[in-house]
Amino acid sequence: MNGLSFDQVLFILRGAGWTLLLAGMGFVGGALVGVPLALARSRGGRVLRAVTGAYVQLVQGVPLPVIMFVVYFGISVGGFDLPALVAAGIAMTAYSSAYLGEIWKGCIQAVPRTQWEAAECLALTPLQRAVHVILPQAARIAVAPTVSFLVQIVKNSSYAVVIGFFDLTYSARVVNNSTFKPFVVFSIAAALYFAICYPLSSLSYRLERRFNKARA
Amino acid sequence: METSVDEVVRFNKVSKAFGLVEILKGVSFSVRRGEVVALIGRSGSGKSTALRCINGLERVSGGELHTCGHAMHASAVDLAVLRREVGIVFQSYNLFPHLTVAENVMLAPRKVRGMARKAAHELAMHVLRQVGMEERADYYPEQLSGGQQQRVAIARSLAMEPRLMLFDEVTSALDPELTGEVLRVIERLAADGMTMVLVTHEMAFARSVADQIMFMHQGIVWEAGSGKLLDEPTTPELRQFVGNGL
Repeated sequence: MNGLSFDQVLFILRGAGWTLLLAGMGFVGGALVGVPLALARSRGGRVLRAVTGAYVQLVQGVPLPVIMFVVYFGISVGGFDLPALVAAGIAMTAYSSAYLGEIWKGCIQAVPRTQWEAAECLALTPLQRAVHVILPQAARIAVAPTVSFLVQIVKNSSYAVVIGFFDLTYSARVVNNSTFKPFVVFSIAAALYFAICYPLSSLSYRLERRFNKARA
Repeated sequence: METSVDEVVRFNKVSKAFGLVEILKGVSFSVRRGEVVALIGRSGSGKSTALRCINGLERVSGGELHTCGHAMHASAVDLAVLRREVGIVFQSYNLFPHLTVAENVMLAPRKVRGMARKAAHELAMHVLRQVGMEERADYYPEQLSGGQQQRVAIARSLAMEPRLMLFDEVTSALDPELTGEVLRVIERLAADGMTMVLVTHEMAFARSVADQIMFMHQGIVWEAGSGKLLDEPTTPELRQFVGNGL
C-alpha cells in the first residue's frame, strides 16, 4: 500500500486516536474553565474582570507550543514527573479556555440586558439568573462558533508533539523516519486531520445558517 | 414623618441623578394598600425612573423611599426579600424565549419559593386563567401576540403573589386592540384590590382606574389628584399635556 505496511498505517491511526483524545480533553477542560470565565468577563466586578482579562491576554499572547513547554517543564521543575498526556491536556485546557471564554462572553452579552433584569425582578439569585435564564439563551447563540472553534482545537493539538506527546503528527513523523516516504506519510496524516475537521466545520456552517434563519 | 402601616410606598423628597443629569428632583407621594396610582407625564419627566426606584432597579440618590416597609435609600436594603413582594411588568414583556408560557410562570415559584413542580404548575395555571392565557400554557413566547405575551408577563409576576405590582408603560408597544385586552386584565386586578403603580400614556385608562394621578414634570410631581385632575388641570403644563393627549 504505497510502500507502507499495514502496521505502519495502523500506527498512524493510533496516533489519530490520541489526537482525538487530546482534543476532547482540551474541549472539556476548556469548557469547564471557559463558562465561569465568560461569566466573570461579562458580569463580574471590576477586579474579577481585570484578573480574568489578564489571564485571557496572557494565554492568547503566548504561542501554544510555548504553553506546552511551560506546563511540561514548569511542573516537573516543581518535582512532579508529569506524563506528556497530562501536560498537553492542561496546556490545551488553558489555550481553549481563553478562546472559548471570549467567544462565550460575546454570546452572553448578546442576550438582552432586560432578560437579566426580568429574572432579577422575579427574585432569582445571580446564579439562578445565569443558569436558568441567560446561559440557555447564550448556548443557542454559541453552538455554531463553538463547533467552529473545535476545528482549531483539533488542529492545534498537534503542537503537543513538542513535548513528545504521541499523537497523529508524532506518529506520522515516526513512520516517516523509518520509511523515508514523507509525501505518502504526511498525506495520510493530512487526510486524517481533514476527516476529523471537515465534518465539524460543515456542521458549524449548517448550524450557523439554521440560527440565522431562525432569527430572520 | 412616620410610615403608616397602610402605606405600601412612600416617596419623601426623593432625588435621582445619573451622573450630572438629575432626573428626579424631590419627588414626594405615597401609595396606600389597595390603591392604584398612575404616573403620567412626558418622556424624560422621570416617571419610569421613579417606578424603577420603587423596586430597587435604580438606587435613589437622595431623600427617603420606603417600599413595603423596606428603606430603599439605605445602603443595606435586602433586595432579595423586597423582590418577592413587588412584581413588575415591562414595556417589552421580557418573557424568557427559551421557556414555554407555563415554564416562564413556574420558574420563580419553583426556584425562589421552592415549590414542587406539580404545585407550581397548578399555581401557573391558576394565574394564567386570571389573565385568560391558560390555553396557551405550552406555547413559546414567540408564538404569541404582543398582548398575549404581556398578559403572560403579568401572570408571571402574579405567581409570586406580590403585595405591590408595578407597570412600566406596559401597553406602549401594542396596537389599540391588544392594548384593550391588557388593560382589561389590569382593571380586573384593580377591582380585586391589588396595590398598583403604573406608568402609562393611556389617559382614559388612568382616569377610569386610578385612585390617584401624579403628573410628573421636570423631575417632580407637578400636579396630583383624582381622575378629575385630567378634566380640570390647574397648571398650564398639565393643561398642555392633556390637551395634546386627548
